[in-house]
Amino acid sequence: MESLLANFLAKYNYWAYIGLVMIGMYAMIAKRNLVKKIIGMNIVQTAVILFYVSIAAKKGKTIPIIAHGHEDTGHHAVQALDYISPLPHVLMLTAIVVSVATLGVALALAIKVYRQYGTLEEDEIAMRIEEQ
Amino acid sequence: MIWPVDLIIMVLVMICGIGAIMVRDLLGAGILFGAYSFMMCLLWAIMGAVDVAFTEASVGAGVSTVFLVAAVFRTSRRTKD
Repeated sequence: MESLLANFLAKYNYWAYIGLVMIGMYAMIAKRNLVKKIIGMNIVQTAVILFYVSIAAKKGKTIPIIAHGHEDTGHHAVQALDYISPLPHVLMLTAIVVSVATLGVALALAIKVYRQYGTLEEDEIAMRIEEQ
Repeated sequence: MIWPVDLIIMVLVMICGIGAIMVRDLLGAGILFGAYSFMMCLLWAIMGAVDVAFTEASVGAGVSTVFLVAAVFRTSRRTKD
């Protein structure tokens, strides 16, 4: 029982990931304001990035820059085990740029909706559409 | 990874995320979302992903907050939930 609890607590990054995805999903589903929904979408995106960076992390290892790489005295064997894996980091750099692009497009659409209907609340937009 | 710092920043990330959703003012929600992005950036710097951390600090926290504030000033600050 104690080892099970220790096993759960040792991977607290993944629990934080689950919690953040739930917060973002709640905002996207339950909130009526369009800007709140967009903020929830961005929270889900950063939570997914947290998940990938947590996969790459290793306890007690250093960042992926080769030590003594500038010296030409002898050849050092590079042990991949000694470094944090840089592959998920590179993938997530692209994801951050894509997330800011989706945020810009979504906010532009929200501004268009506000100019058309004069409100950002979803139920009020539905009422305006029914009136027309 | 220093686990007390890690845990404290993770709790701050949760608080900022919940606050950005719960606050009844869209400008405040945008600012809290910027704080959330900065806390996330600190978390990644602790985990050794320095390139992801500074991209998030400039693009995620900086540009996203500017976009949100500009959108709020072009529409309305009012929100019902």
